[in-house]
Amino acid sequence: MMQLPITSLKAGAVAQITALLGQGCSFQRKLRTMGIREGKMLKIVAIHPFAGPLVLDIDGREITLGRSIARRIMVRVEDCCESS
Amino acid sequence: MLRIVLMGNPNIGKSVVFSRLTGAEVITSNYPGTTVDFSRGKARLLDSQVEVIDAPGTYSLQPTNRAEEVAVEVLRWADLIINVVDATNLERNLFLTLELLESKKPMIIVLNMWDEAERSGIEIDVNELEMHLSVSVVSIIALTGEGIKDLVNRLNEARSPHETKTLTEEEKWIEIGRISRDVQKLTHKHPGVWDRFSEATIKPLTGTPIALIVVLATFWMVRLIGEGLIAHLFEPLFELYRPLVMVISAKLGSGLLHDLLIGRLINGEIDYVQSMGVLTTGIYVPLGMVLPYIVGFYLVLSLLEDSGYLPRLATLSDNVFHRLGMHGHAIVPLFLGLGCNVPGALATRTLETRKQRFISATLLGLAVPCTAKSAMIFGVLGTYGRSYVLLVFATLALVYVGTGLILNRVVLGESPEIFLEIPPYRRPNLRMILKKTGMRIKWFLAEAIPFLFLGVLLVNVLYTVGFMEWIARVFAPFMEWWLAIPGEAVAALLVGFFRKDLAVGMLLPLGLNAPQMVVATTVLSLYFPCVATFAVLIKELGVKDTLKSTAVMVATALLVGGAMRWALIGGG
Repeated sequence: MMQLPITSLKAGAVAQITALLGQGCSFQRKLRTMGIREGKMLKIVAIHPFAGPLVLDIDGREITLGRSIARRIMVRVEDCCESS
Repeated sequence: MLRIVLMGNPNIGKSVVFSRLTGAEVITSNYPGTTVDFSRGKARLLDSQVEVIDAPGTYSLQPTNRAEEVAVEVLRWADLIINVVDATNLERNLFLTLELLESKKPMIIVLNMWDEAERSGIEIDVNELEMHLSVSVVSIIALTGEGIKDLVNRLNEARSPHETKTLTEEEKWIEIGRISRDVQKLTHKHPGVWDRFSEATIKPLTGTPIALIVVLATFWMVRLIGEGLIAHLFEPLFELYRPLVMVISAKLGSGLLHDLLIGRLINGEIDYVQSMGVLTTGIYVPLGMVLPYIVGFYLVLSLLEDSGYLPRLATLSDNVFHRLGMHGHAIVPLFLGLGCNVPGALATRTLETRKQRFISATLLGLAVPCTAKSAMIFGVLGTYGRSYVLLVFATLALVYVGTGLILNRVVLGESPEIFLEIPPYRRPNLRMILKKTGMRIKWFLAEAIPFLFLGVLLVNVLYTVGFMEWIARVFAPFMEWWLAIPGEAVAALLVGFFRKDLAVGMLLPLGLNAPQMVVATTVLSLYFPCVATFAVLIKELGVKDTLKSTAVMVATALLVGGAMRWALIGGG
């Protein structure tokens, strides 16, 4: 299994969340209450240029988040959509 | 009196439920963070008079911004909780629900947006959910009012759950997983046209041109509505009114009362902008020049708010705002501020840190002209030529960006990144839009008319006692040397503290040429917020930061004004 932060995925990629890294429980709680939790499938909807935010789709709902938050969301990449 | 508090995640329709229960008018929109303060209302529920409180939305009881802090505070006052839950998003809403249950207060759950859930293939077993949570669950569609009666009838079922074991966060998530597996059935739906549209409007390549079109169309529509209303409704009305004021003017003869009510006659005629009487300028500026644009702006803003487009715009503009020390959500205070700076300054509460709130509020007071100010700049400077108007607005935009870049480096503190839920697109409802626009117009009139009367009164009194001439003489050397505009313009700056729109009008009789007028309106825009905004800034930032903020504004106004003077007028 290959574990990657979602910042290394391409737009359109689908992956399963495996871990949320670091920065205490308030940070993790915030991610989880927005639906970003271990085991969930996510799709990268858009990656904004110049280190701009990422847009994810989880459970049919879109979420915008900044790069350094995205770097802490680790996923297992599905074989068909693997990217590096 | 029994206190009922509405609690729930952001943007799930608490405020709609609130106005359904109490009949009170509150602003509702389709983006997270519309409600930043609590509202109270009275209702006859449970056979007695009760107080209903609408709390700002929060994801958990550990607040991450000031609006969420308000929600947690309000919860402490509750005798009974109505937990509003988004049926289309049950799983992530349940975390707050479990936290609320641990407060051991009587509670009832409202599953809102039942229709939207059905449409997106979500089936929820309400009985099963009641079993799991051991509190009553009522499904409603707040927008149409369906199920509200049921909620009212079943409020007496609200109770605290029998067994309240406190779960750790980890355990809560496990419990939530269990509950949603048991009560929820999902049928996979293929993405529809709206889903594709949603993606197109948030991707950089397609979304950026769409955003530019939307923003330009917004301003174009505001102008179209504003100018249309002026030409076809307000101008004709004021022409009908003119003979009446002329009669009053003739009856009063000359004297103090005439000066106060009618003002100065210019070539024997009433000049609605320059006469400065309560019955002439005092009525014409708010109703004849500003109100038409207010109507236009709030109609168009409602469309942006209720469709759900603003969070997409926040995403697309995040890059810019991030460099100014904020993040994309700062587009909300900016847009609200273009209507009136007061709600704009309140909306800075949704930003997480002091640094972000300080920068956002300062830039708002400095370089975001409210509709009243913009309408007057159009009205007064527009007679000199459209390009001058454009020059002023371009300068304000540059000042916004430039000052933001500097403040981001100078102001200490953190600027967290954007983290924002994007609501689904919803079709704006015409009745809701008209109602919301009506509410905002009422606020404008209640706010503007007293201050305008006060402003007109002040101008007359200060001229009569000779204060205006005195202060003009004192400041004349500086004004002429630094800005190349006459000292009398100081009177306008003074009045600008009460009403910027009136102040812009006061520049007209000074006989300035076009470049001087550009410098004067720009300085008048930048130098200081109006008194109402100033009061909100003190409340939101505290006295110390408000003073710092106003120091930034005054300094920027003088620097930019001086620079424009050299660029447009030169040293002569």
